[in-house]
Amino acid sequence: MKITLLSGSTVGTKTRTAMNYTKNILEEKYPGEEVTLLDLAEFDVDFSDGRDFREYHGDTKTVTETIMESDVIFIGTPIFQASIPGSLKNVFDLLPQNGLRDKIAGILVTAGSSKHYLIAETQLKPILAYMKAQIVQTYTFMEERDFYRKEIVNEDAVFRIERLVEDAIVLAETYKNIKRLKEEQYDF
Amino acid sequence: MSFKDYRIDENEGLEFGLYTLGDHLENPHTGKTISAQQRLKEIIEMSKLAEEAGIDVVSVGESHQDHFTTQAHSVLLSAIAQATEQIKVSSSSTIISTSDPVRVFEDFATIDLISDGRAEVVAGRASRVGLYELLGYDLRDYEELFEEKFELLLKINQEERVNWEGKFRKPLRDAHILPRPKNGQLPIWRAVGGTPASAIKAAYQGVPMYQAMLGGPASVFKQPIDAYRETLGHLGYDSAAFPVATAGFFYAAETTQQALKEYYPHINEGMKLTNGRGFPKQAFAQGAHLKNVMNVGSPQEIIEKILYQHETFNHQRYIAQMDFGGVPFDKIMKNIELIGQEILPAVKKYTAKK
Repeated sequence: MKITLLSGSTVGTKTRTAMNYTKNILEEKYPGEEVTLLDLAEFDVDFSDGRDFREYHGDTKTVTETIMESDVIFIGTPIFQASIPGSLKNVFDLLPQNGLRDKIAGILVTAGSSKHYLIAETQLKPILAYMKAQIVQTYTFMEERDFYRKEIVNEDAVFRIERLVEDAIVLAETYKNIKRLKEEQYDF
Repeated sequence: MSFKDYRIDENEGLEFGLYTLGDHLENPHTGKTISAQQRLKEIIEMSKLAEEAGIDVVSVGESHQDHFTTQAHSVLLSAIAQATEQIKVSSSSTIISTSDPVRVFEDFATIDLISDGRAEVVAGRASRVGLYELLGYDLRDYEELFEEKFELLLKINQEERVNWEGKFRKPLRDAHILPRPKNGQLPIWRAVGGTPASAIKAAYQGVPMYQAMLGGPASVFKQPIDAYRETLGHLGYDSAAFPVATAGFFYAAETTQQALKEYYPHINEGMKLTNGRGFPKQAFAQGAHLKNVMNVGSPQEIIEKILYQHETFNHQRYIAQMDFGGVPFDKIMKNIELIGQEILPAVKKYTAKK
């Protein structure tokens, strides 16, 4: 399985820190899987201009094609101005309609305040649903106080990331079966 | 304007055509890819067979990207014009936005003379937009490029000597645009993407619409056609004088199951390469339903589908895409045979108005 971790911010360190933990847990528990981390802070991504995702060049092409080739995507997002950052929304805008069909999407949120706990529910999930992703319903929400000097200091947050990873992989395996059963109905 | 200006005679029934995008893809059943040269020659051969089977129209689309062979679609259409005698020679579509309308008119008027008055143009603005960068245009001008150049093409078609000024081309001062088509004017249609918003723009330009439909219920594709006719009416045109054409996937085999089985890998694998993602099996299976516009099935089921679509759309032409995704030539021949022997006679019989 191809698993991609998308760290959706070009600002700050909490989201990237949470993605590092996610990557370590994945590599430890599922050593056979192909795991790629895309940190938008490390890429120079163009704004979407409406063209097909394969017609971009350089970093933009790398980011879009890596996502389109993935079976599972973990999306890490901070909350800026009570929303997901523009850098992450731009990635969605670069992808085609129904671009996340047959892909599993897990969500990690790092926020400055607990007041933002429903942002992913009301703003990120509708985008993923529109793009036809299979969403891991429970997401991991972390706050400022869970982090200290690029480490997660709240053990419960680490447990929640572990559960998210397990849930995503179980959903991916299950969805593979669902798809197989669905396709077996047709003899073409 | 009348159907006659578009060389359409409703007494003869629904026109039936073939169209190709000129895609150049592997046959997923065998893993083999023919050469670009062979693909081009097979398109010419397909046109000849279509003519022999009594098919009304053949058309070729302009596509500038990997996995295609028809970048110079008008050159190929010219060869088809020379190789045939009766069949209408059309485009599906010509990307007017990134071309000089003068050159497009010169090309198609020439094809019209070579073909003895069988050429027409379907102008579009491309759904795959890589050609804007290739040919030196800014994608931000997408809409305006199309409207301005389309209008200029219409003007050249109507007036032999042209005075014109616009944003995307040097002005024309009493320019004499030659050659002139055999019957004075070319039929010029507008390609429509399948939304009402796109269709009403064909009405704004006062030209017939050509609707692309991949799959889905006929009732959904009726909405743009209704919006088009309604807008024509608001603008003071007689909407009954403007023909409507539809275009979509087609594949016939002895049984529907066989047709689905043979065609699905071509569509799914082909779309992965040309559009970046495949075609869901579930949606393809639904394509076999009577009320779905995808004309894949046994000849009898396809006849029923086309007649249902005709009842729903009251359209004047349907063109079929049966060669997508590396369909081998023997299957193309088989499809043309089924069309000529079974599908076409029934469709004509039930849709002719005389």
